[in-house]
Amino acid sequence: MEKKIRVLVAKPGLDGHDRGAKVVARALRDAGFEVIYTGLRQTPEQIAEAALQEDVNVIAMSILSGAHGHLFPKVVDLVRKEGMNDVLIIGGGVIPETDIPALKEAGIAEVFTPGTPTGDVVKFIQEHVKA
Amino acid sequence: MSNDKIQAELDKYKASVEKAIARFPERPHLPEQRLYTPLDIKDEDYAEELSFPGVYPYTRGVQPTMYRGRFWTMRMYAGFSTAEESNKRYRMLIENGATGLSCAFDLPTQIGYDSTDPISEGEVGKVGVAIDSLADMETLFDKIDLGKVSTSMTINAPASVLLAMYIAVAEKQGVPADQLRGTIQNDILKEYAARGTYIFPPRPSMRLITNIFEYCSKYVPKWNTISISGYHIREAGSTAAQEIAFTIADGIAYCEAALKAGLHIDDFAGRLSFFWNAHNNVLEEVAKFRASRRIWAKVMKERFHAQKDKSMKLRFHTQTAGSMLTAQQPNNNIVRVALQTAAAVMGGTQSLHTNSRDEALALPTQESVTIALRTQQIVAYESGLADVIDPLAGSYYVEAMTNKIEAEAWDYIKKIDEMGGAVAAIEKGYIQKEIQDSAYKWQMDVESGARTIVGVNKFQMENEEPPKDLLKVDEAVGERQKAKVEAMKAKRDNEAVKAALADLKAACEDEKENLMPHILAAVKTYATLGEICNVMREVFGEYEAHVSL
Amino acid sequence: MDIAKELLAGNRLALSRAITAIENEYDEATEIMKEIYPHTGHAYVLGITGPPGAGKSTLTDKIAKAYRSQGKTVGIIAVDPTSPFTGGAILGDRIRMNSLTLDEGVFIRSMGTRGSLGGLSHKTADAVKAMDAFGKDIIIVETVGVGQSEVDIVKAADTTVVVLIPGMGDDIQAIKAGILEIGDVFCVNKADHDGADKLVRELNMMLDLDANSMMTSDETKKALQDQFHHLSAAIMAPTTGWRPSIDKVVANQNEGIDVLLESIHKHRVHIETDGELAWRRTKRTRDEMLDILESDIGRYVKKRIVATGRIDGYVEKIKNHETDPYSVVGELLQEMLK
Repeated sequence: MEKKIRVLVAKPGLDGHDRGAKVVARALRDAGFEVIYTGLRQTPEQIAEAALQEDVNVIAMSILSGAHGHLFPKVVDLVRKEGMNDVLIIGGGVIPETDIPALKEAGIAEVFTPGTPTGDVVKFIQEHVKA
Repeated sequence: MSNDKIQAELDKYKASVEKAIARFPERPHLPEQRLYTPLDIKDEDYAEELSFPGVYPYTRGVQPTMYRGRFWTMRMYAGFSTAEESNKRYRMLIENGATGLSCAFDLPTQIGYDSTDPISEGEVGKVGVAIDSLADMETLFDKIDLGKVSTSMTINAPASVLLAMYIAVAEKQGVPADQLRGTIQNDILKEYAARGTYIFPPRPSMRLITNIFEYCSKYVPKWNTISISGYHIREAGSTAAQEIAFTIADGIAYCEAALKAGLHIDDFAGRLSFFWNAHNNVLEEVAKFRASRRIWAKVMKERFHAQKDKSMKLRFHTQTAGSMLTAQQPNNNIVRVALQTAAAVMGGTQSLHTNSRDEALALPTQESVTIALRTQQIVAYESGLADVIDPLAGSYYVEAMTNKIEAEAWDYIKKIDEMGGAVAAIEKGYIQKEIQDSAYKWQMDVESGARTIVGVNKFQMENEEPPKDLLKVDEAVGERQKAKVEAMKAKRDNEAVKAALADLKAACEDEKENLMPHILAAVKTYATLGEICNVMREVFGEYEAHVSL
Repeated sequence: MDIAKELLAGNRLALSRAITAIENEYDEATEIMKEIYPHTGHAYVLGITGPPGAGKSTLTDKIAKAYRSQGKTVGIIAVDPTSPFTGGAILGDRIRMNSLTLDEGVFIRSMGTRGSLGGLSHKTADAVKAMDAFGKDIIIVETVGVGQSEVDIVKAADTTVVVLIPGMGDDIQAIKAGILEIGDVFCVNKADHDGADKLVRELNMMLDLDANSMMTSDETKKALQDQFHHLSAAIMAPTTGWRPSIDKVVANQNEGIDVLLESIHKHRVHIETDGELAWRRTKRTRDEMLDILESDIGRYVKKRIVATGRIDGYVEKIKNHETDPYSVVGELLQEMLK
């Protein structure tokens, strides 16, 4: 048996700043995860469906445009509606501290803001993915 | 002192400090040498490599007088929410003496979607102002005399449409197009490589750009038709040398496309401008700005055989590095921005936007924007950095660094030439990969502690108070803008819109046709940005990103 | 969730979970496969391979769309290499197929090679079966043609498309690397680039050479088939009497896809009418069975002999020359076969 943690790294919305998403994708790969990278301009529907087809353990999203309050919770809803209740959903980007409680309330497990070492993201995933 | 004598003295110095320096651990990222001497620039020919400000190869500056004539333009990028809100902000700026505007558009506008498009949900009015049709553009510039201001628009894939709207607004104000001054970013290649707001594939995109060059050379001659941008390439993680190399390679590609379309180099080259990043390492950045001028001058003279001086001058706007702002201890960013400003000024920028301390957290507040603007003013009036032209020239280190960055950049430019130019290199994913590798290396160096970022991986504060009073864009903006678009559509002559769009479609299908007049005709019927871009999408298709991680 | 039952009922999450079970070699995978096996055998399997940068994912995207417009449902398995150093992988093929994500008639699954030797072809074959049982009409397996295990995967397809592009400088190299022998249909992508015609000419020349040397009478065909029957690896004889076509396409502009589909169809008709398809599938079944047998024996050995530590005792004895590896293996086989 060779179980591997699978992570969908996605950029919801129209924001084109993918430096962070790509750096995180590489760091996750280097940590031994399988990373499915979907690129820019993904709608919440596309992200949820890709997560289903790929049977991922984690969805990691990045937004720098300020649209997180709208898009992150929508992805959570769609993913849960598909019956994927175990999937860990995390987010990152330019996200004000004050927005974080509402995002967590909506089902985002953790929010990583600028300056977070990629090692923290790896560790969080390792500790929180349900085996 | 003769070079031999200097060499002998240098050897002596090295021997004398050898023991002492053995005790100091090497830090990575430092220049190869501890000390620079006349030996490092002994082959430099002053007349050929440096010369004088305003004189080829313009290493020391593009104007003869530089800041002893007048300071750089302090141009602050702004725009958010609806056209009404942004118009208020612009008029306030103008009342306070600003003569230049810099428009930030929201993402749906930048990617050619209407605010009513489902994909725009959550994004309307967020990172800039939402423009759906000529009606919004009229509101945006209401009571602003377009004959007097110069307007910079950060718009790329749909640049032709926004420029057409601007021309149409001016026409309604009674300002003829040949009086309009300003800049459109219009640099699609760096969108593919680094910034991500592309729409169409390279070929039709390059056609749109050369259409604009040609149209403006005839009808809007004072307009800067492109701002070839390294800024976003650096933000995506490139090195200093990569920033200028990839951008100049993009510049070469635009020139070649325009020449292929039958234009003459001196007819459009003088209207090309550049956009650089001012990063943390002050001296490296100064060297980068200087090297970029020298490379471009050589490219224009030797490769494109430009005749006019203006064609060979690399004029540039600078923005301080947004990616270097830290969310931790945000007030430290004020200091970073001040140093970056110093670099841009000593590097001879033509205009500058300074970032605000809170931009790693949200859009900047008015107070933060003011501090950022004051930073420029302090550098201009108090620091003395702007008192003489190219003040670091002759520094052994800065000259050696200028040469080094130039050499590195040429290596990249040659490599890209061998691949068939910037378009081919981007299609192969080469440029993206190089940028990503640099970005990843930077991040790993920060995480390993090889590179120190104050407040992030060293000198952190426990229990830092989260900053308060961040700017929040009203979430209802989207709904308001949607209602406005619907109301506008109900009022306009829909038959005229249909006809104009059909005409545009036919023009798109004929590669020889310049699209600008057709787009201008369409915007005048109040066809929306999304409707116009969708017609082009239909004919041109959409770009599919190349990702190799 | 009863994965097999739900999968057969058309539950997409069940299909996804079934593939995970296959990939991770969960014990339940065998049970799932048993249950869905009777429902397999309807899909047509297309292999797409070629060197990195040839545009395979974009081509897969366009081929899938073309089949969709014919009303056929499509399953896609996109294989990307796993890093041998970290065990991680970036699976980035989906990015070229984003516009298919929300098409309910399409199911895309990315797989990493996970460094398994041989095991990969077995796993992709099972994933293909899961999609087949789910009801997909066309299943496309897309993989980089660089390693033997990847080549094995596409060789298990009904029709294999080899994608090449001009101007790689190593056209001939790619061909030497063994890609030439496995192509039923060749596709020169980015045909709007310089050198496309030259590449087509070169391919034609090499295929003609190949055809001459391999010109097969019924007798030699029979001999070849007999010969290959005895090989456990999934080596496939080139389709007899079939001269691979070479089609020029510009995948990212959707040019030439119809012609390519026509070539694929012709190959399909050819192998269906001359019995080749039946032969390929028989051979594939045989290989699969051997594969499963070998891997189960391997698992048995691991479980009973390695994991229990028995092996250490044997090693010690062999080292001390109390016995030899040949005798030990003989004994163990006896024991297993009891």
